[in-house]
Amino acid sequence: MTESLKLNIDETRDGVAVIYTDGYINNQGGEEIARLAYELIDKGQSKLLLNLAGTKIVNSIGISILIEIIEKMLEIDGKLAFCCLTPTIEKTFHIMGLAQYAGIYADEDAAFEELSP
Amino acid sequence: MQQVTLTLPMLPDMELTASKMACAMGEHIGLSPDKIDEVQMAVVEACINAFEHSSANDREVHICLKVLGSDEQPAGLEILIQDSGVGFSPDKLAPVPTEHPRAIPRKRGHGLRIIKGLMDEVDILSSAEGTTVVMRKMR
Repeated sequence: MTESLKLNIDETRDGVAVIYTDGYINNQGGEEIARLAYELIDKGQSKLLLNLAGTKIVNSIGISILIEIIEKMLEIDGKLAFCCLTPTIEKTFHIMGLAQYAGIYADEDAAFEELSP
Repeated sequence: MQQVTLTLPMLPDMELTASKMACAMGEHIGLSPDKIDEVQMAVVEACINAFEHSSANDREVHICLKVLGSDEQPAGLEILIQDSGVGFSPDKLAPVPTEHPRAIPRKRGHGLRIIKGLMDEVDILSSAEGTTVVMRKMR
C-alpha cells in the first residue's frame, strides 16, 4: 500500500511557478516535489510557490526534502514559499525551523504580493 | 475505558493506517479537527521513527489507543506506540534551529521534536529491549 502524491504546476503566473500538491508528502512525495522543483530551476525559474491546500499530512522525511529544495534555492538566490497550509502543518514547519528560511502565506494572493517582481 | 489495539508491519505508508485509526478515535471522543490533525501527524512520526530506527527483528509496531476519562465524559486520548528494537537515548533530540540564516536544521532526527511539539504530554521509555512512546492529547 502506497499513497502517491499528485502534483500539478502552473507556470503561467508572473515570474512565479506554483506547484500544487494533493496527498501525503512522505519521502517519495518529497522526492517528486524536488524532482519537479529542480527541473524548474534548471529551466531558469528562481521563484517557486508550493500550494499545500491538498495536503493534510507531511512527515519529517518529506520536510527534510523540502529543506533541501530551500537550500538549493538559497544557492541560486531564489525564493521558495508555501501557502494554504493546515494549522498543524504550519506548526510543524515552525517546529522544524523551516519557517525561518521560506515564506509561509495564508493564500496565493498573499504569497504573490511578496514574490512577484 | 475504551481502547483499540493493532499491530502494523513495517511497510511503506503503514503509518497512515495508524493515523486513520487515531482520527476515528479522536472524532469519537469529540476532539477538535485541529487537535485530531495534530494527533495524526504525531502518530505518523512515532511510527516512522520505529520503522526507520528501531531495527526490530519482528518488523512490527504495536499500537494502543485508549480513551482517557469515562465513557460519558472522555478527557482525551492516550496513544502507545511500541517496538521491540534496539532502543535509543531519548535525550538525543535534533538541535534546536538557530537564527542564523544559513543554519538550516539537521535533516533527520526531528520526529521526536515534532511529536513533543504537537502533543500535550509525551513519555518515552526506551531500553535494549525496545521503545514505547506514550503520548496524550486532552480535549
